Amino acid sequence: MDIIFLLIPIAIILASCAVWAFFWSVNSGQYEDLESPAHSILYDDDDDLIPEDARVKPDNESND
Amino acid sequence: MTGNISNNDKSLDCYHCGLPVPPGSSYTTIINQEPRSMCCPGCLAVAETIVGSGLDTYYKHRTEAADSPEIRGKELPESLIQELALYDDDKVQHDFVSKTATGSEASLVIEGITCAACVWLLENHIKGIPGVEKAHVNLTNHRARINWDQTKTPISTLLSEIYRIGYQAHPYHPDKEEQLLEQEHKRATRRLGIAGIGMMQTMMLAVALYGGALQGIDNQYVTFIRWASLVIATPVVIYAARPFFIAALRDLKTRHLTMDVPVSLAIGGAYLASVWATITNSGEVYYDSVTMFTFFLLIGRFLEMQARHRTGRAGNSLLNLLPASALRIIEGEEQLIPVNDLKMGDTVIVRPGHTIPSDGLIIAGNSSVDESALTGEYLPIRKKVDDHVVGGTINVENPITIKIIQTGSDTQLSAIVRLLERAQEEKPQVAKIADKVASYFVAAVLITATCVGVGWWMVEPAHAFWITLSVLVVTCPCALSLATPTALTAATGTLRQNGLLITRGHVLESLASATHIVFDKTGTLTEGNLSLQEVLPLAEHNEDECIKIAAAIEKHSEHPIAKAFHEQAGQLNATDIQNQVGQGLEGVIGNQRYRIGKPEFAAQICESGLPALPKTSGQWLLLCNQKSALAWFRLNDLIRPEAQQTIRGLQALGLECEMLTGDNSSAVQEVATHLGINSAISGVSPEQKLLHVKQLQEKGAQVVMVGDGINDIPVLAGAQTSIAMGGATDLAKTNADGVLISHDLLRLIDGILLARKTKKVIKQNLIWSLCYNLMALPLAAFGFIAPYMAALGMSASSLVVVGNAMRLNRLRKYKLKTTSTHSSSKAEN
Repeated sequence: MDIIFLLIPIAIILASCAVWAFFWSVNSGQYEDLESPAHSILYDDDDDLIPEDARVKPDNESND
Repeated sequence: MTGNISNNDKSLDCYHCGLPVPPGSSYTTIINQEPRSMCCPGCLAVAETIVGSGLDTYYKHRTEAADSPEIRGKELPESLIQELALYDDDKVQHDFVSKTATGSEASLVIEGITCAACVWLLENHIKGIPGVEKAHVNLTNHRARINWDQTKTPISTLLSEIYRIGYQAHPYHPDKEEQLLEQEHKRATRRLGIAGIGMMQTMMLAVALYGGALQGIDNQYVTFIRWASLVIATPVVIYAARPFFIAALRDLKTRHLTMDVPVSLAIGGAYLASVWATITNSGEVYYDSVTMFTFFLLIGRFLEMQARHRTGRAGNSLLNLLPASALRIIEGEEQLIPVNDLKMGDTVIVRPGHTIPSDGLIIAGNSSVDESALTGEYLPIRKKVDDHVVGGTINVENPITIKIIQTGSDTQLSAIVRLLERAQEEKPQVAKIADKVASYFVAAVLITATCVGVGWWMVEPAHAFWITLSVLVVTCPCALSLATPTALTAATGTLRQNGLLITRGHVLESLASATHIVFDKTGTLTEGNLSLQEVLPLAEHNEDECIKIAAAIEKHSEHPIAKAFHEQAGQLNATDIQNQVGQGLEGVIGNQRYRIGKPEFAAQICESGLPALPKTSGQWLLLCNQKSALAWFRLNDLIRPEAQQTIRGLQALGLECEMLTGDNSSAVQEVATHLGINSAISGVSPEQKLLHVKQLQEKGAQVVMVGDGINDIPVLAGAQTSIAMGGATDLAKTNADGVLISHDLLRLIDGILLARKTKKVIKQNLIWSLCYNLMALPLAAFGFIAPYMAALGMSASSLVVVGNAMRLNRLRKYKLKTTSTHSSSKAEN
C-alpha cells in the first residue's frame, strides 16, 4: 500500500494541471458561448460526401 | 360588401421570416431546388444574397424563422451606406476596432440572431468577404469578433454585408457595467471548475477513509490521506467558496441575516475543524462534505447568474436609440458628422425617416414626428417652426432643419434614464422566504450548538468539541439553502422554453404574490403599428383594385399610415406624388389623378363631393379620383389576438388588470372595453405612470408591469415585477425582470401559474430540509453520528430537494382558444 505515497501526489499534480488548463480555457473565452459550437458541427457542407443511396429526401419542415 | 383584411385564411407564410405572405404579392426565389414565396422585397433580397453566396443550407438547419429585415429592397439605401461610411473614419473606429499583429479586430453587436444557424450563416458570409481572416459570432451574447485587413476592405463593407443578409450590426463598445458582467461570468465559471475538480478528488480520498474506517487501516495512511485532502480542499474553500464568506460578512455588518450566514458558518466551521483534526491527528475530517456543499451551492448560483446575464447583451443600449450620424450645416454646406460631435447651437437637417439626433427647435420646415417610443402615442404629431423636437424620435414626412438646444446628459432621453435609476433605487424589496427562514435557523443552530457544547462539557469534556462540531455539520443547511435555488432554476428553465425569460431571482416569488397587473397599450396589448382592417368600395372598382391603387400611392411615404399599405404594394406605379403634411397624399396613375388621406382633403378633387362617413368608429381614410370617391379604408392598431383571452385568464386567477398608456386617443377606451379592462388611464407621462404604480404599491398592491417602450422604462423599474415584450427596446429589456421572448401574452398566465407552483415547491423543500435537520440534530447531539453518515445524510436530503424541484420542469401550456374570433395564424407559432 505504500504506493499511495507516490500515486496520490501524482494525482494532485495531474489535478492541478487540469485546473490550469481549465483556467486557461475560461480566460480565453471558450465558455462564453456554450450553444452554437454544439450546432455548428452539423452545418458543414458535407452534402456531396453523403453516398447517393443514403440521402434523405429534402424535407420542407425546416421552417417550423 | 365588406372585406376583412386579416390573415385568417392565409396558410402561406414567408419562407424567410415566417410572417404571412400578403395576398397578391409575388416574391419568389429558388431555394434548395424549390420555389419559395417571400413576404416582401426585403426578405427576397436577403434570401437571394444567401443563396447567391452558396449558404442555402442555412434554411435546412435553422430552428427559428429569421427576423424580418430592416431594409426593404435589393440595394441598401444611399442614406445607410453614407452612415456606414462614417465608421471608416479612424476617430470613430477608435472605440471598437483594435489593431492586431496582422490587421484589425472589430467587435460588433449583431441584432436579429434567432438561432444557431444564424451564427453559421453570419460567420460564413463574413468569411467570404475578401480580406477577412477570422469571424466569430457568439450566439449567447450576439457579439461578433472579426479579424480582417483594413487595407483590403473598409469596415463599412463588412457592416453593409451584414445588413445584406438581414441582420443589423452596431459597433460594440462595452460600458463599465458590461465589462464587470463579463468578468463576473468568468470568475464564476472558474470557481465552479475549482469546486468541481476539488470535490471529485476529495470524494475519492474520502471513500478510502470510509472504507478504512469499516475494515481497518494503518494510521500512517490515514494521516497521509487526510493531509492530501487538506491540500485539495484548501483552494476550494479559499477561492471557490469566497463569495459566500464575503456576502455573509456584508450581511453581518448590516445586521441582516441571510442564507449566506449559515452557509459560511458550515463551510468555514467544518473546514477549520478538519484542519485542526489533521494537524493534531485527532477527531474527524469533513473535507468531502465541505467541497460537495460548496459545489452544489455554486451550481445553483451559477445558473441563476446565467439567466440574469442573458438579457444584458447590448452594451450601448441607450446609444442605439440615437442615430450614429447627423447632417450638420456649416455656412450653407451639409456635412455628415458623428452624433457625439454635435454641440449646442448647431444646425442640423433631419430627412424624413431619420431619427432626430438630439433635442432641438425646428427652424425651418414642417413635418410630423413619430414620438411613439417616448410617449406611446402611435400616430405622428405635427410639428412646425419653433416647435420642440426630442432626440430619439423619428421625423416622418418632410425634411426639417433644427437647432440643437440640448446635448448629451441634458436631453429628455437622458432624463428618462435618470428617472429609471431613481426608480430602481426605490423599488420595494421582495421579502425572500429563504432569508426569513435563514435568520431563525441561524439563531436556532447557534443556540442548540452552545447548549450541546456546554452539556457535554459538564458530562464528558473530552468529547465536547467533536460532538459540538458534528452538530454544526449535521445541521449544515445544505438542503435548506438548495431549497430555493433549485426550484427557481427549474422553473426559470421551464418558462424560458415556453417563451418567458426570467432575468432576476425574485421574479418567481413576486409573480406568485402579485395582486395587480398593469399593461401598457401600444405595442403590448396591441401590435404597435397600424394595419388595414376593412375596405369599403364605393364605386365600380372592387376591393382589390382599390387597395392596389392606394398602395401604389402610399408606397412613396414612410408615414405609419402609409406603412399599413406597404405590404400590399403591387406592380402599379404612381407618379407626381405630392405630400400634404397631416392631410394625405396625391398622385397620378395612368392618366388619372388620385388623392388618399383625410376625407375632407381627398374629397376636394372629386366632383361628387364627400360621401357619408361609415358608421363603425375608427381611423377612416378616403381614396378619391377626380370623378368620384372610390373607397373607404379603416385602419387600426390591431389588438393582439391573444390579449382578450389573456386578460380573462388573469382575472380568473384573481388579478386586477389595469391599462396605463401615454396614448390620448379614443382608441384607449375602445381597447379597454374590448378586452374587459375596467381601469384604463390614458395620456400619462412616464413620471405619472411611475407615480400611479407607486400609489398602488402604497395601498399594499403587488404590481406586475408589462410594457415595451422607452416611456415605460421608469415604471418597469419601479414595479415589483416588470416584464418587457420581446420586441421592446433594449433599454426596456435590460431593465425588466422578465422578457416575453415569444411575443405571446398568454405566457404570462403560464408564468403566474408556475410561479404559484414554485412557491409551493419551495415551501415543501424548506419543510423537508428543516425536518431532516431536526431529526439529525438529537442524534448528533448525543454523539451517534459518524462523519460518513453526516455526508450521506446531507447528500440524500439534497437529492430529495432537487428531485422535488424537478417537478417544475413540466408545464401544462395555456393554449390559445381557436374559437376566439380574433385568432390569426401568427399566434399559433
